Amino acid sequence: MSDWIEVGSVEDIPKLGARVVKTAEGDIGIFRTNDDRIFALRDSCPHQGGPLSQGIVHDHKVTCPLHNWNIELETGEAVAPDEGCAATYPVKVENGTVYLSLSS
Amino acid sequence: MKEKLVLIGNGMAGVRTLEELLKLDPAMYDITVFGEEPYGNYNRILLSPVLAGEKTIDDIMLNDLQWYEDNGITLHTGEKVVKIDRRARKLITDKGREESYDRLLLATGSHPIILPVPGNDLDGVISFRDIKDVDAMLEAAKKYKHAVVIGGGLLGLEAANGLKLQGMHVSVVHLMDTLMERQLDPVSGGMLKQSLEERGLNFLMGASTEAILGEGHVRGVRFKGGLEVAADLVVMAVGIRPNIDLARDAGLHCERGVVVNDTLQTFDPRIYAVGECVQHRGQTYGLVAPLFEQAKVAANHLAKLGIARYEGSVTSTKLKVTGIDLFSAGDFMGDDSTEEIVMQDAARGVYKKIVLRDNKIQGSVLYGDTVDGAWYFQLMRDGTDVSDIRDSLLLGQHHLGDAGHGGTNLAASMADDAEVCGCNGVCKGDIVKAITEEGLFTLDEVRAHTKASASCGSCTGLVEQILAHTLGSDYSEAPSAKPLCKCTEHTHDEVRAAIREQKLTSIRQVIDTLEWHTPDGCAACRPALNYYLIAAWPGEAQDDPQSRFINERAHANIQKDGTYSVVPRMWGGLTNPKELRAIADVVEKYDVPEMKVTGGQRIDLFGVKKEDLPAIWSDLNAAGMVSGHAYGKSLRTVKTCVGKSWCRFGTQDSTGLGVKLEKLTWGSWMPHKFKIAVSGCPRNCAEATIKDFGVVCVDSGYELHVGGNGGIKVRVTDLLGKVETEEEVMEYCAAFTQLYREEAHYLERTAPWVERVGLSHIQQHVMESDENRKALADRFKESQKYAQIDPWAEHAQKAELRKEFEPLKQVG
Repeated sequence: MSDWIEVGSVEDIPKLGARVVKTAEGDIGIFRTNDDRIFALRDSCPHQGGPLSQGIVHDHKVTCPLHNWNIELETGEAVAPDEGCAATYPVKVENGTVYLSLSS
Repeated sequence: MKEKLVLIGNGMAGVRTLEELLKLDPAMYDITVFGEEPYGNYNRILLSPVLAGEKTIDDIMLNDLQWYEDNGITLHTGEKVVKIDRRARKLITDKGREESYDRLLLATGSHPIILPVPGNDLDGVISFRDIKDVDAMLEAAKKYKHAVVIGGGLLGLEAANGLKLQGMHVSVVHLMDTLMERQLDPVSGGMLKQSLEERGLNFLMGASTEAILGEGHVRGVRFKGGLEVAADLVVMAVGIRPNIDLARDAGLHCERGVVVNDTLQTFDPRIYAVGECVQHRGQTYGLVAPLFEQAKVAANHLAKLGIARYEGSVTSTKLKVTGIDLFSAGDFMGDDSTEEIVMQDAARGVYKKIVLRDNKIQGSVLYGDTVDGAWYFQLMRDGTDVSDIRDSLLLGQHHLGDAGHGGTNLAASMADDAEVCGCNGVCKGDIVKAITEEGLFTLDEVRAHTKASASCGSCTGLVEQILAHTLGSDYSEAPSAKPLCKCTEHTHDEVRAAIREQKLTSIRQVIDTLEWHTPDGCAACRPALNYYLIAAWPGEAQDDPQSRFINERAHANIQKDGTYSVVPRMWGGLTNPKELRAIADVVEKYDVPEMKVTGGQRIDLFGVKKEDLPAIWSDLNAAGMVSGHAYGKSLRTVKTCVGKSWCRFGTQDSTGLGVKLEKLTWGSWMPHKFKIAVSGCPRNCAEATIKDFGVVCVDSGYELHVGGNGGIKVRVTDLLGKVETEEEVMEYCAAFTQLYREEAHYLERTAPWVERVGLSHIQQHVMESDENRKALADRFKESQKYAQIDPWAEHAQKAELRKEFEPLKQVG
């Protein structure tokens, strides 16, 4: 049902890093972990809107560059005791190509 | 089938061990817990505030029954284990239940000592140990008037204070002449006695209890010499002894406590023991910090990781009586081989004593002003040589530098609505509430829950003090060998040594070799490792952009709205029409919303979109300008005054020297940001004495100043020495910078580093040994060969690097 949009290849995203997809609804961060999982989150920290794509990625988490909140890439949830959630988007990888769906 | 782990003793040490174990491996064991009390695990050290009416039992619950259920733990409350059958690996309870185990954890705590005097079993004679005792005291306070507390130690005084607040008439009886003689010297003990007397407590000092009087219910206490005192309630608080009955009956080796080794195993390797019941290297402990350190090690071994060792604890003491600030640690009495530094101000109620041997702190007692307790404790545990700071040691850390801006130092007397953390707007009341309600014990936990001291850190001392005061005697800060971050047990220095000695050249190698607990490290350790690697192996270690904070990855400062700021380098603060025109042009061309002159004499362009950065850089590059590194843990700027080329007071060419120093040091990565200034005369218009490295020109040469800071806490530099030529300034500057780069911890500015290692250490390396200085300067120059690459030009040349700034895709 989802409309999958091709956004680029896995190799375009650095390991333990992220790139931004610009959309009409705002930026979406596409994250790549060390085990080559790909995640997509609204590029806005639930704390004060910091760009999560600019943070340091470790394990399946990213640390927001503004005030060091840790966000779970899988769920978008802030790691306790902080509370809040960034929207997640479906992503899939086929033959090294990353597809994103905007139906969050 | 999972192995069975049984915990005997549902108290703080045992349950903390389970918590640590569940963190390491939540599914390893089938866990059963036996507790004699009918509750979940509660915070025993907060019983005093409950007695004083400041907290309720619910406030001090650490793990309620739901917690056990959520973690699949079987809990039997109100049930006592009466026998351990080690051969059959099972235990038997007073209800006849039999439970088998594969691993057993003993955390049976301690018993209060009951004096062997006639009448000690009368109604109304109790100890102060658990919720039952507190209930009995609260009940007695409603019915009766006279209470006698036997024991003028920590626990006795807290009990007495609580009973007084409940409206009883309280007498404290103490065998010795000084209250809390194990924690206080006679002077501070006297001050404490006086202030407790002012609160309405009575004291009988040097009094030995002979008998407790009464038939059925207590009615008085008689002392040696015949004095009798009326009492409806007698609280025995003369001490505790480890509860070893069960272990001894099971044939485990016991002395004063259950004897354990460095892995917290008893003489039966299937049986571990933690907490107040154990004796480790001859010591028993009654404070919470050592118990938690033990819990961590025991959990590590139960989880079969087998790497942690418990090597004993050094503890400090605070009294949890509201309004009384008191701290003591170590050997505070001293002997023939020690010296004392003492300050006493009776009118302010302040007393401080530090005991030194060979310029190292052996112990300290503080009364009335305890803000520096944690600092002295740290210096003591680290064995720091304090000879460089002896003259101001008693004035406290805020006289030295990196300790805070507020100057507030009386945590006990602060109002609940007084702001503690100015960065995050956290009040004292918020912190106290979080500590009690969330069950927090460490500075890190308070930071995580409240954000207090989590930003600039300048209120750390105050937060530690509030933590200590709230948790009282049982608080002790993190171990002196602080791990680099939560991903590892290794300290900064250990990690650096491993990188050097084992020639580790990548972050992955460090994480694997030193067995990090996390797969990729975290946002705290990765930038540190990246720096340590490139500092140790310039040209060999690969710089990892994904381990750099965004500012250093994007070569610009991220702002609160996600835009960036750009600062072109202006050597020594000098500029010209061509540069200014180029700056004006990019501001107009890219609609840069704001321009500002920085404190370091450069021009800052604000509100730049990340995708515009490479184009702006390229335009500025074309006008001959390069990156100002205003974003990095690196040399920032060299600030100068005009010097003798224009100024009628100038003694040397300060601008020219500033340009040379900036050419020497630009591009170098550092543990933290690094600022230089050169002033042309002692009027010091470039403010060189609050910089990391400052030069003040004088007629006869150049004064070199180090370790200044104009930030969170202003610190004036120390004078490193004086030289005669510009060439010498350059060499000494390179050597000092390199020593800082090699020795400081990541994110440690020069000010705290100089204080930590001492000025004499730096003078030894940079001033006194020509050979050392030259070697340091050479290593700095070697490292600069690889570091002095303008990132602006580099990004213009390498398309791969520009990806960082481009969107992956534009959709819609």
